[in-house]
Amino acid sequence: MSTLSIRQLAKEYVAGKPVLRDISLEIEGTGITAIIGPSGTGKSTLIRCINRLIDPTSGEIHFEGKDLAKLAGAELRAARRRIGMVFQEYNLVERLTVMENVLSGRLGYVSAWTAFRRKFSNDDIQRAFDLLKRVGLADFANRRADELSGGQRQRVGICRAVMQSPGLLLADEPTSSLDPKTSVEIMELMRDLARENNVPVVINIHQVQLAQRFAERIIGMSGGLVVYDGAPDGLTQDTLQKIYGGEDWLAT
Amino acid sequence: MNATAEMNRWIRFTPAQRVARFAVYLGMVAAIVWALKTIEVIPEFLYDAPAQVVDMGARMWPIDFAHFWPGIWPALVETLHIAAMATILGLCMGIPVGFLAARNATPFPWVNHAARFVLVATRSISTLLWALFFVAMFGPGPLAGALAIAFHSIGFIGKMFSEGVEESNRGSIEALQAAGATRMQQIVMGYWPMVLPTFWSVALFRWDINVRESAILGLVGAGGIGVALNSAIDLLQWDRVSLILLTIFVVVILIEIIVMQIRRRVI
Repeated sequence: MSTLSIRQLAKEYVAGKPVLRDISLEIEGTGITAIIGPSGTGKSTLIRCINRLIDPTSGEIHFEGKDLAKLAGAELRAARRRIGMVFQEYNLVERLTVMENVLSGRLGYVSAWTAFRRKFSNDDIQRAFDLLKRVGLADFANRRADELSGGQRQRVGICRAVMQSPGLLLADEPTSSLDPKTSVEIMELMRDLARENNVPVVINIHQVQLAQRFAERIIGMSGGLVVYDGAPDGLTQDTLQKIYGGEDWLAT
Repeated sequence: MNATAEMNRWIRFTPAQRVARFAVYLGMVAAIVWALKTIEVIPEFLYDAPAQVVDMGARMWPIDFAHFWPGIWPALVETLHIAAMATILGLCMGIPVGFLAARNATPFPWVNHAARFVLVATRSISTLLWALFFVAMFGPGPLAGALAIAFHSIGFIGKMFSEGVEESNRGSIEALQAAGATRMQQIVMGYWPMVLPTFWSVALFRWDINVRESAILGLVGAGGIGVALNSAIDLLQWDRVSLILLTIFVVVILIEIIVMQIRRRVI
């Protein structure tokens, strides 16, 4: 059985103007699935529908035996803690320390009172230290998040997502605010951490080359529909044209 | 001449705008005339005023400094205590209401409206009115004064705080939601650290205002230096009145300086 199964998902922000028309996808295994497509085609909306940061208009999202589209309240929070998310703008709480940001990945498992006193369990703290060490930020635990560079912040964001012990990792354009070298490092990190933790990853990405280099599967979206779904090397000029439209930009 | 006729003409106001502007001016003049008639300036008193000022100035001089330690110092300390207590109480009541009034932290419109109503209502009743109310309830004294200022502070503190909350970074909160955080956890780990600078700035500013407010509260018997001022005026002890006014002036300036220093260093 696949990890994530999306069936006939549709989203209309304005009635009659669908952003997602009819998306059906199965995500399985532990590799990276990259979603590519032009801006405004619903990639972000799709990712955010999965963990219900956005409520879909219709359709089903099956994950760990539940239809996420129908959950609310405590059930939704319990499902969300099993889905880690990495953001384009990192979305750390900048006035908190790196450690506090990483530990906030455990919020789904502890009470507000525990969080207020920062009384996270020793296991959690140990795991947070291990993760920070793994991403090369061991010495930064007590630094405030706003003292870090973009690449370092994104590493913290990834640690926070992995702290959730997720069954699925989502990433919404995790490299779009980073320079090319850091982008590659972040992609390598996500791929390796996903492997080590046995988690499938779904990534929205603008850089087609990065997608081809790191993803095992590429989904091309256009106009709210899936127009390509397959291996990275199946991505020909024709398919790219179908996804992004036009042709001049492809000329080399 | 022909050329002039063909030039583009620029008209600053259309005729309708001219009439409207004239009506506004006319209305303003009418309002001033009406107000002057209502307040009934008595010319004799007006001519007399300079002499009265000189006379009062003479009675206020020399300032009765000897009265400071026995009479004014305890009242001043009481004033500062009232202001501090009122600020702490006001923060305790204003900040929860502020969170309820912030549309992002509390996404229930009717709760926002209710909280906003509380903020507007507490603020629109002046401190003196609150003081009259609490003096009637608890009797005269510093307790009534502290409660009066605290309740009046709720509106200010809550409004500034809720604006701070509404300006906080949405993405960081989204990340906590994605991790499965409850609304309370979002406040504890997200909103609160983000609005901490706002909190300190509001607390200091309000303390500054509250010291000044508590200085006049004694006029209605709600404790502090105002009580001393009131009785000195009633007993025509003008040399003590001048001492109290000078004391208030110095304290307000000192606090201004203290607040500025803290602001520069902390925030």
